This record gives sequence, structure tokens and C-alpha cells, in this order.
Amino acid sequence: MNANRLLDTRGLVFVAILVAAAIIVPVLALATPTGSALHVPPYLVALMGKYLCFAMLALALDLVWGYCGILSLGHGAFFALGGYAMGMYLMRQIGPRGVYANPLLPDFMVFLNYKALPVAWWGFNWFPYAAVMVLLVPGVLAFAFGWLAFRSRVTGVYLSIITQAMTYALQLAFFRNDMGLGGNNGLTDFKDILGFNVQSDATRATLFSLSALALVGAYLIARAMVVSKFGKVVIAIRDAESRTRFLGYRVESYKLVVFTVSAMMAGVAGALYVPQVGIINPGEFAPANSIEAVIWVSVGGRGTLVGAALGAILVNFAKTWFTGVLPSFWLFALGLLFILVTVFMPKGLLGLFSRFQRRQAAPDAPVSVTEAQS
Amino acid sequence: MSIASDNPALTSSLLYLDGVAVSFDGYKALRGLSLVLAPGEMRAIIGPNGAGKTTMMDIITGKTRADTGDVYFAGTHDLSKLDEATIAELGIGRKFQKPTVFESHTVRDNILLALKAPRKAFATLFGKPPVDERERIDQILETTRLKDHRDRLAADLSHGQKQWLEIGMLLAQDPKLLLVDEPVAGMTDAETAQTAILLREIARDHSVVVVEHDMTFVRDLGVKVTVLHEGSVLAEGNLDDVSADPRVIEVYLGR
Repeated sequence: MNANRLLDTRGLVFVAILVAAAIIVPVLALATPTGSALHVPPYLVALMGKYLCFAMLALALDLVWGYCGILSLGHGAFFALGGYAMGMYLMRQIGPRGVYANPLLPDFMVFLNYKALPVAWWGFNWFPYAAVMVLLVPGVLAFAFGWLAFRSRVTGVYLSIITQAMTYALQLAFFRNDMGLGGNNGLTDFKDILGFNVQSDATRATLFSLSALALVGAYLIARAMVVSKFGKVVIAIRDAESRTRFLGYRVESYKLVVFTVSAMMAGVAGALYVPQVGIINPGEFAPANSIEAVIWVSVGGRGTLVGAALGAILVNFAKTWFTGVLPSFWLFALGLLFILVTVFMPKGLLGLFSRFQRRQAAPDAPVSVTEAQS
Repeated sequence: MSIASDNPALTSSLLYLDGVAVSFDGYKALRGLSLVLAPGEMRAIIGPNGAGKTTMMDIITGKTRADTGDVYFAGTHDLSKLDEATIAELGIGRKFQKPTVFESHTVRDNILLALKAPRKAFATLFGKPPVDERERIDQILETTRLKDHRDRLAADLSHGQKQWLEIGMLLAQDPKLLLVDEPVAGMTDAETAQTAILLREIARDHSVVVVEHDMTFVRDLGVKVTVLHEGSVLAEGNLDDVSADPRVIEVYLGR
């Protein structure tokens, strides 16, 4: 019965840890002296903030893949688009402090002889507009893409391939200078966000907290969706699509809602990611990034939401460590990890954990019986 | 794609197929199939493999489009122009040959999803469940003998129980017409007999089309039989007359 509640035990622990981290990490980072054992260095705050953004991307992917069976190999595109929307806002905040000191045009535009600000950049100096675009750009792309794909009943591996093609096409487009988005250098050199210095420790700590809270919000939205009757229909679509159709559900609209909501979550994750890493470039659209996100979800356990977030954090932690120690072997390790998880842990770490829990619970019962008798 | 139709009823029959033909890459699955089902009638359809039984169901439920011919439901709805979801909402329910229930849902949730209720995405996301939802689910679980299995996952049910669950899901849809494809395939004799009782119970207030190979079962049903062969109707009548027909013996029953 637990399974139908908005917050089960697992979800409660997850939310509690994130909220605690959102409060404790900034305190430890800002209020403790640099030499103290409790001090969290600024680089670590930014690194963990980055992991949380990846966790949110993984959660979004789990919503479409784990619950609706849509294996998107292009979710990195929505993440990157959200990131670009935020990047454009941050570029316009630089103002006359750029190398060319042009009050209106970002440096790369001056360098490329732009005379005026392209229409696409209008309004991005205003934060609320940029915030709406963070949701709208990935959302509209997902809606249009999904509307065409789901209505034509493109499913399975074919859908995965076209999502992959989508992110690759966007990568090629964003590499071009005449897209007006900084070409292969992307957008960087950010100075301020809402008037605060993006480089400062306090801003970093705040962004970390916001990422943690955004992850909580995304989790609650996703969880509310999957435990509702809507969620049951979505799981039914994953298990037996044509059966669901014959029950009278218009499968394509369900997929469209899930896909669009998921893309918007990915967009928010990207928007929080960019100020913390200080750059967004077309590399974020690389198909390999989207595939990595799929690995995070499968390592953590798909169809669990919490597992997806956990997988993203663990795999990225391993990546940070591995690329420090044996940089050239990271991709092999990642590939090996994916194979091992698929073969030995089809339900991921969380699946392993719940099996362990059940095994723990089983021997308990007879013991309590004997106790009662004695 | 509106469900309401202004056209006057063309026939008084519930289901009307006339001269339906379909071919797949040159293979003629149906060649001029005609079938009329009266409201409230239960009909058994038999025929050898490849006779077009499943294709006929696909045509009626909108999965496959007819190349030529008319398919009318309740005299007014041209089924050849509607998609699966619309046809399901009109009141045609379908049970597949292989039991397809939602394995990772509980028995109760399987019925819940089938229950007649708004099917739009936003209605299921924000809508309130109807007040009598629980009683209706209980009633269906009672009819299909699954009451004690309510909270089990559908994946854990036996083959026969899955078939019953699927019939229960059909009942929950409260369709005017039920299409049932080989309901007793793979069932034990006891389960087969139970299923015949169940279907007769259902036929009291629904029209039913049953496709089946099992002749004992068809005899248990005791209804009018249509024999299909190579995509058209070979014979029609009660089971004894049909099984005495030399052409039916030739192609289907064997000498």
C-alpha cells in the first residue's frame, strides 16, 4: 500500500537528505574557517552542485524511460537548451565589462562583426524572461518532436535513434558561428547572476542549495505523476502499449505529456548547471552525454526515480575520481559498468538494495515466533 | 473524430460487416467477409488457422483498415474511419489471444485502468476518482473469481487467472460489444468449463463475439456459429447443422 503514497520511506529519506544538504553544506562552506576539518572547499561545493544537476537530468530521463518505456538517447539536448537559455542571460549580464567593452553585444558578437543584437537574444537581459525560456525552449522542442514521433507511432529502438539524431543535429547547428550562440566556444566568462558574482563562494553555495531544492521539487512532481492514475496508465503503456490503446487511452497524448514534462525538468537542470560550471558549449549536445545519462539511470535502477538520482551522483563521483587517477581508462570503465549492471543488476543498485532488504526481513519472522513461544 | 454521429441508422444490427476485403503484400487475409450481429447476441466464430479470424477482429477494433467493404457499429458509426481509442470509447472491448494484462500492476489496478472513466491525459492526472469506483471494482472481481487476489501483481497470476482478469477488464469497460479471441487456449478442462459459465453470464447483458478452436467449449456456449474459411464465411447456423455441413468437415473438422 506504501507504493501508492506520494512519499514512501525511500522518498522521505531522499527528500530529507537533500533538504539537509541544502542547509548544511552552505553553512559548512561559508561559516567555518578554511583550515577546519568541517570546512567544505568552494571547488567541492561547485562539484556537488554539478552532480545534483546531473541527478535531476537522470530523474527526468527515468520518468520517460523507467515509467513510460521511451528510451531517449537525446535528453542531453534538453539539458543543453536549458543551459543555453541561462547562458544567454548570463552573457547579457556582462554588459560593458567584456574585453571589447560593448554595452550591448557579447564579446563573440563584436569579434564576428555583428552590428545589432540578434532577435533571439532580445529579452534575455531580464531574468524572468530567461527563466521562462529555460522551460519553454526544451518544452516546445519536446512537444513538437514528440507530437510527430508518437503520432506516427515510432517506438522502441527507432525512437531512440531519432532522439539521438536530434541531439546530434543540434550539436552540429550550435557549432556554427552563424547560429549566433558563440559557435564552438559557446558562452562563457560569466560575471553576475541577479547582481551576485557567480564566482563568489556565497553564490556558489546558494546555487548548490537551489540545485538540491530543485531536485526535491522535480522528484515530488515526478512522484506525484507516477502514483496518480495517470502514472498507472503510463506504466500500462510501458508494459502493453496496444492493450492500453484498446482500453480507450490515447497513448500518444500520454507519452507527449510525460516527454514534455521530462524535457522541461532536464532544461531546469541545465540552467542550474551552467552558472556552476561557468560555461556552456555545443559539446553538451554530444550524443555520448545523453548515453551517459542512460547509464546513470540503469546503474541506480530505472523506474525508481530515487535510484536514477543516486546513480547519477555515484557514477559522476566515480568519474571524477577515475579521470584523476587513470584518465585514459574512464570510458572503458564506464562501458564495463554498463555491461555489468545490465547483466548482473537489471534493476540497478536500488533493486539490489530492496532484494537485500527482503532477505533481511525474511529470517526475522520465525525468530519472533520462537520468541513469542518462549 | 467525434463519437456522435448525425447519420440515421443504416441497419438495426449492432455490428454489420459487408464485403470486407484486406490484403497484406498480396496475401488476401479477408475476401468479401460479411457478418451481421444482432444486439444482445452471442456468436462463436470458428475456422482453421489463416481463415481471417484475428484480421476480422483487427478490422473491427481499428487496428487494420479494410481495403474495401463496409464496417458499421450500431448502424451509425463507420468503424473504418476511426482509431482504436475512439472505437474503444464507442463500446467495443477486445480480449487478445495471448492474455495481455498489465503485469507490473496489481489485479485491482488492472481493473481500475479498464473501468469506464474519462480517458484524457489531464483527467487522469488531476481528476477525482468516482465515488462508486471501489464497489464497481469489487463487483467485477467477484464475477471473475479474483476477489482474493486483489492486491497481487498480475504477473504472479496463473494463466487461467490472467485470462479471467482480462475478461474482467473487458467487463469494467462496460462495452456494448465484446470481442474475445480464444479465451480458453491453454486452460485446464475445469477452467474451460468455468470460462464458458462466465461468458454466458456476461452474454446476458452484452453482445459477444467469441473466436475459439475448442469445439467442446463452443458446444458449452450453445450459440449460433459462423465458420470462416480463407477470408470469407463458409457456413452459419447452430453447431450441429454446421458440423454436419460437408464443406465444413472438408476444410476444418476433418473426416
